[in-house]
Amino acid sequence: MSPLLSVVDVGKRFRGLVAVDRVSFTVQPGEIFAVIGPNGAGKTTLFNMIAGVLAPNEGTISFRGERIEGRTPDAVCRLGVARTFQIVRPFPGLSVEDNVMIGALLHRTDMAAARRYAREVLATLDLFDKRDFRASTLTLPDRKRLELARALATDPKLLLLDEVMAGLRPTETDRMVEILRGVNRDMGVTILLIEHVMRAVMALAGHMLVLHHGAPIAKGAPQDVVRDPKVITSYLGQETI
Amino acid sequence: MISLWRDMNRRGQVTVALAFVLLLFAPVAATRYVLSVLTLILYFVYVGQAWNLMMGYAGQLSLGHALYVGLGGYVSAALWVHFGIGPWLGVFPAVGIAAAFGAAIGWLGFRFGIEGVYFALLTIAFAEFTRIGFDHIGFVGGAGGLFIPYEQSRLGEWWNLRGSQLFFYYLAFCLAVLAVLLTALLARSRLGYQWLAIREDETAARALGIDVFWAKMKAVLISSSMTAIGGVFYAFYYNSLFPAQLFDMSRSIELILGPIVGGLGTVFGPVVGAFILTPVGELLISLTEKAGINAPGAKAIFFGLILMTIIYLVPTGVWPWLSQRLGFTRRRS
Ligand SMILES: Nc1ncnc2c1ncn2[C@@H]1O[C@H](COP(=O)(O)OP(=O)(O)OP(=O)(O)O)[C@@H](O)[C@H]1O
Ligand SMILES: [Mg+2]
Repeated sequence: MSPLLSVVDVGKRFRGLVAVDRVSFTVQPGEIFAVIGPNGAGKTTLFNMIAGVLAPNEGTISFRGERIEGRTPDAVCRLGVARTFQIVRPFPGLSVEDNVMIGALLHRTDMAAARRYAREVLATLDLFDKRDFRASTLTLPDRKRLELARALATDPKLLLLDEVMAGLRPTETDRMVEILRGVNRDMGVTILLIEHVMRAVMALAGHMLVLHHGAPIAKGAPQDVVRDPKVITSYLGQETI
Repeated sequence: MISLWRDMNRRGQVTVALAFVLLLFAPVAATRYVLSVLTLILYFVYVGQAWNLMMGYAGQLSLGHALYVGLGGYVSAALWVHFGIGPWLGVFPAVGIAAAFGAAIGWLGFRFGIEGVYFALLTIAFAEFTRIGFDHIGFVGGAGGLFIPYEQSRLGEWWNLRGSQLFFYYLAFCLAVLAVLLTALLARSRLGYQWLAIREDETAARALGIDVFWAKMKAVLISSSMTAIGGVFYAFYYNSLFPAQLFDMSRSIELILGPIVGGLGTVFGPVVGAFILTPVGELLISLTEKAGINAPGAKAIFFGLILMTIIYLVPTGVWPWLSQRLGFTRRRS
C-alpha cells in the first residue's frame, strides 16, 4: 500500500536554531501515528510544515503521492489534511454549531446538508447539546472537542492533532481516546497526533516517532519505542511506564 | 432571506412587516421635510449596510468608504452632464470604477498583509488622494464642484433620476430594502460563513481550507460596488458634487456610525442605527439653529455625547439588545 503521508528528510531552522532536523517517516492509510518528545522538540514545527503554515528549509512532504511542502494552509486543507491547534482557536463570537458549519462548508455547497453534517459531527463529539452556546463560553475540554469537530467537519483523510488531550482529566482523556478510535475506525480518518499523555498514546497509536532537539531518536511500534533506553533517558524518565 | 424570516418569531415578523408597511405608506402622511429626512435615513441604511458587509461580516475595517460614494457619484454625474448618458446606464461604469479602486485597495492590503488599523489607514489614504486628485480634474469641475443642471423640461423623467422628492424617497426605500435582503442572503451563504470565520480568526479560517485572500477581495468588491450605487443616488438627489465634501473623511465616518450603533454584523443593525442617528442629527441641527447657537461644532459635540451614551449602554449595538429585550429571535432548535 502506498503511504498516505510521507515525510522525507525534512528540516526547519529558525535563524540559528534547528527546530526540526532531517526527519523522515511515513503514515499508512487508516493508521494512528503518534509523535512524542519533550517540550521544544520540534513537534509543532513539524506539524506546521505538513499543514502548510511553514515551508521546510529542506526535504519533501507528500500527501497521497502529491508534493505539498510549501503550499498554503488552505490548499493543504482542501486536499484533505485537517489540523487542530495546540493552543485552541475556536471562532469565539460564533455559536458552536456555526464553528463546525464553517468546516462542513468546505466541501459542501448546500447549506442544509452542511448543517445536518455539522450536527452529526457535534453529536459524535458530545457537543450537540451545546450547539447554541457561543464558543467563547465553553470550558477548555469542550473547546478542544470543538476544535476537533471543526477539523473533522472538513472531511479530512488525514487529521493532525496537536495535544488534544492536554488539560483533560483522566475520564475525559478516556472519552477522547474512545472518540478518536471511533473517528479512525468508523469514519476512516487516518490520524497523526502529537501527545504528551502516554496513556492515550499507548492506547491509540500503531506507530510512533520520538523527536528530541528536532531529531528523530526512535521510531516503531509503541511497545518497542517506550523500552528504548534513549527514549527513556531523554523523554520518558522513570515515571511513565 | 427565507431563513432570516424563519429565524424570527411571530413578534419579530410582525414588527418587521409593520415597519415595511409604514415606510411604504409614509408619503401619504409625511410632510416634505419628514419625507426628506426619511429619504436620508434610507440612504444611510443602504450605504451602512454596504459597509457592514465588509466590517461587520468580513471584519475588514474601511474608514474610506466615502471614496466609493464619491466615485459613483462623480462618474455617473459626469457621464450625464457631459455626454447625456443617463444614470441607469451610467451606474455600470460608476460601479466598475469604484470596484476597481476597491480591488486595488484590497489587493494591496490583503496581498501584503496590511491588516487592522493599517488597512484602515490605507483606505483613508486612497480616499484622501482621490479627493486631492478630483480637486484638479477640470473635466469634473475641480475644487469648484460639478453640478447637475436643473432643467424644467426634464422634471419627472424618472428614468433619468430627474424625479421629485417622492420619487427619491421610493428609490431610497428600494435600495434600503434590497440591501437588507442582500445582506440576509449573504449572511446565510457559504461566503458569509467564510467572512465570519475570517473576522473571528484568520489563521483558523485558513486552516479550515478558506482562501482568505479571495474571500476578503469579494467583500471589498461587493461593498465598494454597492456603495457606488449609493453615490449615484447621492449625485442625482443633491445635484451638486464637491471633492472636499464627498471624499472627506467625515463622510466615511458618518456612514459607518449607523451600523456601529445599530449592531455590527447583524442584518437589522444598520437599519436601526440609521433610524436613530439620522433623526438625532437632524433634530440637533434644528435645535441648535433655534437656540441660536452657531458655534461651529456645537452640533458635533452633542452628537458625540449621544453616541457615547448609546455605545456605553449597549456596546454590541442597539439591535442585538433590542431584539433580545423584545424577544424577536427564535431559539434555533
Ligand atoms: N516561529 C518560530 N520562531 C522561532 N523559533 C521557533 C518558532 N516556532 C518554534 N520555535 C522554536 O523551535 C523549537 C521547537 O518548537 P516546537 O513548538 O515545534 O516544539 P514542540 O515539540 O511542539 O514543543 P511543545 O511540546 O512545548 O509544544 C523551540 O525551541 C521553539 O522555541
Ligand atoms: Mg507543540
